[in-house]
Amino acid sequence: MRAIVRTAAWLYAIAIYGFIFLPVIVLVLFSLQATSFPIPPFTGPSLRWYQAVLSDTRLTSALVNSLLVAILSSAASVTLGFLSAWGFARFTLPGSALLRGLITLPLTVSYLIIGMGLLVLFNWAGVPKSLLAAGIGHVVINLPLCFAVIYSQMGDHQINIERAARDLGAPEWKLLLLITVPVMAPAIFAGFFLSMTFSWDEFVISFLLTRFDTTLPVEIWNLLRSGLNPKTNAVGSLVFAVSIVLVVFFELTLLRRKPA
Amino acid sequence: MSASLVDIRNVSHRFGQQAVLKNVSLTIEPGSYTILLGPSGSGKTTLLSILGGFVTPSEGKVFIRGEDCTSVPPAKRPTTTVFQDYALFPHMSVGSNVGFGLRMQGVDGATRTAKAREALALVGLAAAFDKKPHQLSGGQRQRVALARALVIEPAVLLLDEPLGALDLKLRRQMQDELKAIQKRVGTAFVHVTHDQEEAMALAGHCVVMNDGRIEDEGAPELVYARPATRFSATFMGESTILSGTVTEAKDGSVTIATPAGAISLPGSAAAGAKVALAVRPEHLVLGEAEGHVSLGAAKVSDVVFQGSFKRVLATSAFDPALQFIAKAPASATVRPGDTVAVSCKAADIILLAN
Amino acid sequence: MSVAGNRSRALPRAGRALPWALVTPALGWTLAFFVLPFIAMGLSSLTAHEGGGFTLANYSQFFTDPSYWRAMVNSLEVTAIVTVISILLAYPFAWILAEQVPERWQRLALMLAVLPFWTSYVVRSYSWLLVLAQNGVINRTLIGLGLIAEPLQLANTRFATVTGFVHFFVMLLTLTIFANLKQLSPSYRKAAADLGAGPVRTFLHVVLPLTLPGIMVGAFLTFVLCIGDYITPQILGGNNELVMPQLVMMQIGRRGDFPLASALSIILMAVVTVAYLACARWLKIERA
Repeated sequence: MRAIVRTAAWLYAIAIYGFIFLPVIVLVLFSLQATSFPIPPFTGPSLRWYQAVLSDTRLTSALVNSLLVAILSSAASVTLGFLSAWGFARFTLPGSALLRGLITLPLTVSYLIIGMGLLVLFNWAGVPKSLLAAGIGHVVINLPLCFAVIYSQMGDHQINIERAARDLGAPEWKLLLLITVPVMAPAIFAGFFLSMTFSWDEFVISFLLTRFDTTLPVEIWNLLRSGLNPKTNAVGSLVFAVSIVLVVFFELTLLRRKPA
Repeated sequence: MSASLVDIRNVSHRFGQQAVLKNVSLTIEPGSYTILLGPSGSGKTTLLSILGGFVTPSEGKVFIRGEDCTSVPPAKRPTTTVFQDYALFPHMSVGSNVGFGLRMQGVDGATRTAKAREALALVGLAAAFDKKPHQLSGGQRQRVALARALVIEPAVLLLDEPLGALDLKLRRQMQDELKAIQKRVGTAFVHVTHDQEEAMALAGHCVVMNDGRIEDEGAPELVYARPATRFSATFMGESTILSGTVTEAKDGSVTIATPAGAISLPGSAAAGAKVALAVRPEHLVLGEAEGHVSLGAAKVSDVVFQGSFKRVLATSAFDPALQFIAKAPASATVRPGDTVAVSCKAADIILLAN
Repeated sequence: MSVAGNRSRALPRAGRALPWALVTPALGWTLAFFVLPFIAMGLSSLTAHEGGGFTLANYSQFFTDPSYWRAMVNSLEVTAIVTVISILLAYPFAWILAEQVPERWQRLALMLAVLPFWTSYVVRSYSWLLVLAQNGVINRTLIGLGLIAEPLQLANTRFATVTGFVHFFVMLLTLTIFANLKQLSPSYRKAAADLGAGPVRTFLHVVLPLTLPGIMVGAFLTFVLCIGDYITPQILGGNNELVMPQLVMMQIGRRGDFPLASALSIILMAVVTVAYLACARWLKIERA
């Protein structure tokens, strides 16, 4: 009986892993296709589509744009999120619960609607479509995330550490730099990393709010118009590879140090 | 077949490389209240898990009611466990929690309800039947866990640090209740704790464990009065320990050279053997007394007022490593820095096998 | 530790201005770029594309035009199907990872299970197109095996949309359900076993009910993300069967009809809010 359960469990797990990996394997495999269609039979391996991606200035500049928007919007999100989390956690403000609710509200609204709202507003206000506009949108979606992550980590323990520092005569700004930020560093970093991930992969807001200079997901979307194309496979595989390297890097450096 | 309810024979257990139980044997009598007492890491919880069937020992056998239960799963053996965190199912009412074991046995709803109510009444919580666990206080949850385990009428009830999560006052109160309930139901209780006061208050049979071994066992009065080992003498209550070497042994009396001088007392040991002597704090006398064994002079390092008595710590003038722990009357005038003579009756000195 | 105690110790040096200085930037950002756009969208939805005064025409168009209705029905159907299938697939998988896989391999097993998260969302949908296309992997394989003579129409169908969504949400739900299962104190399971429940009844009476609140949270998350997504239905479902986000984007893209797009967005959001209120009771189940 136990053996049957184990066997069934293994088969099921393998089937689900197969389902999860099927599209990724197909994506990567046919990025190495030598001919012009990423469909069976496999004709590679060849790196010609990777060369095509790297020599496509639209794609490479979109990649730079994406990185820029991701880093800057995440930095803004984590800064605003940290300051407000600190404010709400340390001080009693009137209507605190309501205001905290307001800050986290965008988490419950889909990106499409946030993008639509900004599009209508910017359209009325005469703000042109740009990377800056998309970056503003990314802060809207990531600020509540950073706030929630950091706020949840500001417990009594941290409060007591700060009290001790204040007791020992640290002025507010030194307290912030020497105590609060270092103590909260894991949460701050987690917020930043999450924001980077979401901004990097965000499509619909960037699609609505940018025009000529745009981000990588939008540029990939534009590639899709040409139908099935090994170049899309190649760019997708590259994004995948870079993400995996980053994730493994963070897993090994940051998460390993985390106490149990 | 033995007459014992539980017979643990030569049980050893390893987690990976680490030996947590080393050749432990123990018998438990029907209707007894057994306490497994020891510091964390002593193997007491592992022993309880082996009794409950959650862990199968690497070596040795466990017999319950004469049957070999060594690898019988928890559900199939006549034991139930009260878990440290109580493990009350949060989505079920108190009544359903208590009735769960009966439900698993296929007992019909009406009987189940009646028996659950009865068990709750036994622990004094008849009114809590329809409540959810989170509506109860810590002490009440503890009692529900007890009722849930008792309702299926186990031969042995296992309690894993059952009072650990309660505050001191509640713990003392629950101790009395546990004892009363055990008397009423007559089930054998096996109770794990690291609190020696709890052990003394509850145990019919006290088992002192350290480093995977049973150091000492017996009625708590006996374990306290005549500890078998140095560990037992210091863990179950405090003791002053004098290390020494046997210089002479004849006719049921030994002479031992200690840092505080030669001491003669009744007992037997081989000449030349390294031994330890223990003296309970209440048996140490500060100041010379007629007919006492002198333990030399000592400098008082600390006096702690404890209400009904003063706890005095003093360092021997002969050997700074020798620390005396004495209990002086609350009216004693001794102060830190005083030099006092220390003595005790020869009969109060406990010779420990080292 | 009382809140008042906190404040009295924190404030003398901090002053009253500091806390507001800390929270104002975040609040301001939220007001300017989240609340204000929402108001703008609300106002816009009450105007006509052609100009003129306030009108409810955009809303009445939705309620009277069956093709618009159809998009909402499609959205709800697809979302419901996706949510149910994803939970049914993910729960056993998460259970296997949490209970059958040895402890030391669990982290790796879980990382592998969510690895495709790290491809970009657009690319993930595109990858399914490669698998499901007319000449794609599945059709070629089935024809190669002689199981079918003509390729099946897999892409540009609801089936494709659902497959793409399920792929994403199985990963997401595996994560949340796994975390839920691991959070359960092992003594619940031990207690059930001790009281005579076998593995099946332990699961039915104890593990499943205790993880239900977590499943509800996961289901709600799936619902919200699924019903608001444009990419997957657009790439995999195509234009044969529109869902609400596609309808919204179509108003902007083809006709630049912001008022109608705004009205449709607001209706979509209203549906999510209603779903939230309906689920709120379950989402807030507290564990003792």
